[in-house]
Amino acid sequence: MATLRVEIVTAERTVLETEADMVIAPGAEGQLGILPRHAPLITALAPGAIRLKHGAAEEETIVVSGGFLEVRNNRVIILADAAERDDEIDIARAEEAVTLARERIQSRASAVDLERAVQSLHRAQVRVKVARRRRTAGAPPVSRGG
Amino acid sequence: MPNIRTIRRRVRSVENTAKITRAMEMIAASKMRRAQQQVLAGRPYAEKMRQVLSNLTAQTQGLDESHPLQERREVNTIQLLHITPDRGLAGGLNNNLNRRSTQFILEERVKVNVITIGKKGRDFMVRHGQDVRAVFTDLADHVTVGDILPISRLVVDDYTSGAVDRVYVMFALFVSTMNQQPTLRQLIPVEAAKDEASAGVDYIYEPDSLAVLATLLPRFVDMQIYQAMLEANASEQSARMVAMRAATDNASEMVEDLTLELNKARQAMITGELLDIVGGVAALEG
Repeated sequence: MATLRVEIVTAERTVLETEADMVIAPGAEGQLGILPRHAPLITALAPGAIRLKHGAAEEETIVVSGGFLEVRNNRVIILADAAERDDEIDIARAEEAVTLARERIQSRASAVDLERAVQSLHRAQVRVKVARRRRTAGAPPVSRGG
Repeated sequence: MPNIRTIRRRVRSVENTAKITRAMEMIAASKMRRAQQQVLAGRPYAEKMRQVLSNLTAQTQGLDESHPLQERREVNTIQLLHITPDRGLAGGLNNNLNRRSTQFILEERVKVNVITIGKKGRDFMVRHGQDVRAVFTDLADHVTVGDILPISRLVVDDYTSGAVDRVYVMFALFVSTMNQQPTLRQLIPVEAAKDEASAGVDYIYEPDSLAVLATLLPRFVDMQIYQAMLEANASEQSARMVAMRAATDNASEMVEDLTLELNKARQAMITGELLDIVGGVAALEG
């Protein structure tokens, strides 16, 4: 069966290059699942978790804070503003970011700041969630190709 | 006849300078390696972004609406993003950049305002009474995309508010360790190059092509400034490394010449003393 070639790149580095059987990504219009032989697609991404499935059981998660996703010829290319693999996330720091963002929302400075604070809260929450899930599952590091 | 002590002092001074330039060369070399890696690491993203943009532009060209960042207007004011190192001792690099920018400003018939990144460019532009819109310094060694955002926000705001009608960036393109080219690129309006590889692929756009374009274009500007900074940084380090290597070589050559002179002077002195002694003995015997 065909698999998907997945590349996640940011302006600073290539975060991940691997094969996967399915990609689940937070599109701007909602979650979308991509299987092999998907039609060519370009979509904006919302901040959230990208899940790569390897077979039925194995799964790895990458947190992105917005960007784009392109699908073409069984290649999924994700241009992320920032991306972290789940094993790279520092839970303490992410939790700190959540607290900080909450405080900022409560202090309510200006509309622009508020919007930014809400966004960073959202990003931080996704990171905490992903990192926690990884810790409780106690999953061994997933083997990575490339 | 040159004084032996002065020559000796000069030898020591030149040797000390050589030590400094050698150290600077090695520092620049290690920074250069890092900077080059950064340039390479950023390339896949830049490449991909260009492709997507070119696809999107082709797709949206027929539509009536265009995104503000791609809208072409009559040009009354130009903004120039002038990227230079913060520090000198990098051979002709700073000079070349400043000269190219000056030439550009003089050739344009319209008003040009300048945003400088780097102290050398700032000092130059201020000294020559250019219209300096903003100044950024101390970014070079460890640029992140986050550092770029204030710059690109300023540029984009100036453009969308109509304060400027076109934005260029001037930076030193890293060609090779020996060769850095001052390069001028148009930043806004964003123009997409044709991309052969993915032309004709019929993409589904979500939410739709204009919406994707609207999220892509600001990021494209960020990315271009970021890439320019990386190139500039790699250029600076390699220019400095080469300049410092040349300085070290020159210093060693000077030490050799001075040592030769020193030895000649010393021998001349000994010969002189011998002659005195021989002359004295002859006088006594006579």
